[in-house]
Amino acid sequence: METTILTINNVWMMVCTFLVFFMHMGFAFLESGLTRQKNTINILFKNFFVITTGLLIYCIGGFNLMYPGFEDGDMGILKFAGFGITAPEGGMDFGYADGGYTWWTDFLFQGMFAATAATIVSGAVAERIKLSSFMLFAILYVGLVYPIVGSWKWGGGFLDGLGFYDFAGSTLVHSVGGWAALIGVYMLGARIGKFDDKGKARALPGHNLPLGAAGVLILWLGWFGFNGGSVLSADPTLTSLTLVTTCLAAAAGGVSAAFFASLLYKNYDITMFMNGVLGGLVGITAGADLMSPTDSILIGLFAGILVVLGISFIEKLKLDDPVGAIAVHLICGIWGTLAVGCFGDLASFDQFVTQLAGVGIIGAFCVISSFILLFIVKAITGLRVSEEEEKKGLDLSEHSMEAYADFRLNQL
Amino acid sequence: MKKIEAIIRKSKFEDIRDALHAVEVNFFSYWDVTGIGNEKEGHVYRGITYSTSEIQRRYLSIVVSDSFVDKTIKAIIDSGATDRIGDGKIFVLPVDEAYRIRTGEKGNKSLN
Repeated sequence: METTILTINNVWMMVCTFLVFFMHMGFAFLESGLTRQKNTINILFKNFFVITTGLLIYCIGGFNLMYPGFEDGDMGILKFAGFGITAPEGGMDFGYADGGYTWWTDFLFQGMFAATAATIVSGAVAERIKLSSFMLFAILYVGLVYPIVGSWKWGGGFLDGLGFYDFAGSTLVHSVGGWAALIGVYMLGARIGKFDDKGKARALPGHNLPLGAAGVLILWLGWFGFNGGSVLSADPTLTSLTLVTTCLAAAAGGVSAAFFASLLYKNYDITMFMNGVLGGLVGITAGADLMSPTDSILIGLFAGILVVLGISFIEKLKLDDPVGAIAVHLICGIWGTLAVGCFGDLASFDQFVTQLAGVGIIGAFCVISSFILLFIVKAITGLRVSEEEEKKGLDLSEHSMEAYADFRLNQL
Repeated sequence: MKKIEAIIRKSKFEDIRDALHAVEVNFFSYWDVTGIGNEKEGHVYRGITYSTSEIQRRYLSIVVSDSFVDKTIKAIIDSGATDRIGDGKIFVLPVDEAYRIRTGEKGNKSLN
């Protein structure tokens, strides 16, 4: 019986692993679609780099830094369980995780998660960061910052001890990526032509919105695994509830962003619809297993409005985020984490304060470490490509390649 | 022989093509061009309103014998006008000689 339960749970967890892997395709599509044609190869290269290197780094040390085996009640901050991955004794048995999954599945599922944090950064800094700088930063961020923050909660560290709750990573994954995106965008400066002489934001339209739209729908599909797998077993009640709240929040986020933006800007903007769906998904992620359908719809509706306001607020600050990663992942990530204190099973003033503390502590750590890492990277390789390279496009200047070499558009 | 070059609205292409066929102008080439003009097209992207003076048009190149010049021009004007700014322009240029590559015929005979 135990073997059967473990097998069933483990299959579900592997399906979720596939889905989280698939999110990398969603990110690659979304980021290339919302940027200009001349930087497509560069975006794709970064996305490939993040999923491949991210997985390797997680194998070399990330997993053992994130799940170092803190003792109950020792309020752990930093511990490292050694390099490499070796299944522990009993790692394939029912006893390892109450029959939820095997140790190998655990590693791969978490490994797929790890790379997403750096992928969030890749979209925000697109079209002007030097490839070498990005690669260096991504290695350091996925290798050190993400696992250390993760260990504080999911690894059983001090935030877990304090009662901080983040079910699937509104803060641990999305805000961690979002903070780095914010600092990266700030240190890089805007793309040439993004702001005019008077500092007014200009539009630099993405070159392939069908691709971007496919990316968003793929990300939504991936979220079935991202949240569904975070149940850490195929528990029938929790997994099905989690998928319901996840989808309702995505739907509500999309609808509210699309219609709020249409009221505000007097046009129906598909990119706001897309970002709204993602905002809803990020928002529900912290409490997907705690919310009622009504709660999740409210979280999504609010997330959609935050996305629209966030995108325009970030531009008012003269920050240039081509894909809206900061609004979607940072702002909605914070919102989702705080929402655990406002809605659902854990809602209470104390929980809200704990959530706020978690957001603040992790935010401070991510901001400071992003600054330090980017300063180091800047000193080694420099951050930004030259003006000429940027105007020419990173595909030609960094890769000597064109994304659509033979393609001509028959415009109507 | 004259070459008639016309910059037209893409939305008028089918009408103009049919009008040209109606006056027995059956052969011509065209390509899509981008021009700069006074007309501004309004766009909105992620909450930012902007306008571009880059205009998408279609460019026709038609070589006809002298007796066809007037009716070709009339066909384009009659079928291509919307009375709004941006209907396009027609240029008429002299052509020194024309050859059909397959047979080596030249002059008006090579045109149809």
